[in-house]
Amino acid sequence: MGYLGQIFVMAMTAIFIQNFVLARFLGLCPYLGVSKKLDSALGMGLAVIFVMTLASAFTFLINKYLLIRYDILYLQTITFILTIAALVQFVEMVIQKNAPALYNSLGVFLPLITTNCAVLGVAILNTTAFRPDGVTAYNFLDSVLNGFFSGVGFTVVLLAMAGIRMRLEKSEIPKSMQGMPIALILAGIMALAFYGFMGWKI
Amino acid sequence: MSFIKQLSRGLIKENPTFVIVLGMCPTLAVTTSVINALGMGFAATFVLICSNAIISLIKDITPSKIRIPVYVVVIAAFVSVVDMVMAAYVPALHKSLGLFIPLIVVNCIILGRAEAFASKNNVIMSIADGIGMGLGFTLSLSLVATVREIIGAGTWLGMRVTPLTYDPALIAILAPGAFITLGFLMALMNMLKEKK
Repeated sequence: MGYLGQIFVMAMTAIFIQNFVLARFLGLCPYLGVSKKLDSALGMGLAVIFVMTLASAFTFLINKYLLIRYDILYLQTITFILTIAALVQFVEMVIQKNAPALYNSLGVFLPLITTNCAVLGVAILNTTAFRPDGVTAYNFLDSVLNGFFSGVGFTVVLLAMAGIRMRLEKSEIPKSMQGMPIALILAGIMALAFYGFMGWKI
Repeated sequence: MSFIKQLSRGLIKENPTFVIVLGMCPTLAVTTSVINALGMGFAATFVLICSNAIISLIKDITPSKIRIPVYVVVIAAFVSVVDMVMAAYVPALHKSLGLFIPLIVVNCIILGRAEAFASKNNVIMSIADGIGMGLGFTLSLSLVATVREIIGAGTWLGMRVTPLTYDPALIAILAPGAFITLGFLMALMNMLKEKK
C-alpha cells in the first residue's frame, strides 16, 4: 500500500468509520447546538475544519520539539489548550482584518471553537495514534491530514443533521419530545446508520 | 442566599445536564457503566470545586479582557492534577475513561460556572455552587449509566440485577444507544414537568 493508499484509509476512517461525533462522542455541543439551520451549520463546519487542521499542525510541533525534548509531557493538557485558544484568537484577528466578508459569516463561530472538545481531542489523539504498521507514530503530515479529515467528518454529519432538523420543524412531534430529545434520538439513528461502515474492510 | 440553598440548586432545579444541557460529550461517552459515570462525575466535581474557589479568589485582580485564558489555565492545572492522581491510584478507571479526562478542560459546565457564577460571587458561595453543580452532573451521569448498563449488560455497578433468562441488548452500550437513551430520558423529564 503506497502513501496515497494510507491517506485514503485515514480519510475514510476519520470521516465514516470512526466519525468524531457519532463514534467518538467529540464535538457534541456544536453538533446539537448549531444544527438548526443549514447555512450556519456550514459556517461552523468550515471554521472547525480550518481550526482543527491548524491546531493539529501547531500541537504536533509543540509536542515533538518542546514537550518531548524537555521531558515535560505532563504539561500537555495546559499547553495544548493554550495553543488552541491563542490560535483561535489569532485566526479571528487575521480574518477580521483581511477578509471582512468571511469574518461576517464565520466570525460568530470562532470563539465557540476554543471549547469544542473535537479540537483538543484531535490534538491529543494525534500524539497517541500509530500509522497502519502499528509501530511508528504519526509524522507531521499525518497529523495535519488527520486533523483535516476529522474536521470534514464533523462537517458531514453536522450538515446531514441540519438538513433533517429543518424538515423536522414542519412535522408534528409530541410536545415533550420537541427540541433536544428528538434531536438526540435522530443522532442515535444516524449513529446506527454509521455503524454499517464498521464492517467495511479497506 | 444560604450555603445549603445554593448547593441544592445545581442538583435538580438547574441540573447542568438535563436543564441547562451542557457537557454533553462526557455524558454520552462515559456512561457505558455506572462505575465509569461515577469516576467521571467525581473527577469533574473536584475540578469544579477547586477552579470555582480559585477563580472567585482572583476575580478582583483578573483583567476582564484576558479572563477566559486565565480561567482556562486554572482549570487545566486542576485537570492535570486529577489526571495524574487517577493514573497513579485507579489505573483501570483511568484507562477506561481515557481521552475524556484531559477533555474535562473543555467541559462547558466548568468554564460556564466560572464565567457565570464564580467570577461574580464570594469564595464560600462559589464552593457551594461547585459542589451542587458537580453532584448534579454526577447524578445525571449515573442515571443515564444505570439505564444503559441494566439494558445493555444486565448489571448494575457490576452486579447482576436481571434474571438469567434476560438476553442483554448490547445496542444500549454502543454509541447509538447513548443518544437514544438520553433522548428518551429528556423527553420523560419534560413530560413530568408538564404534568406538574
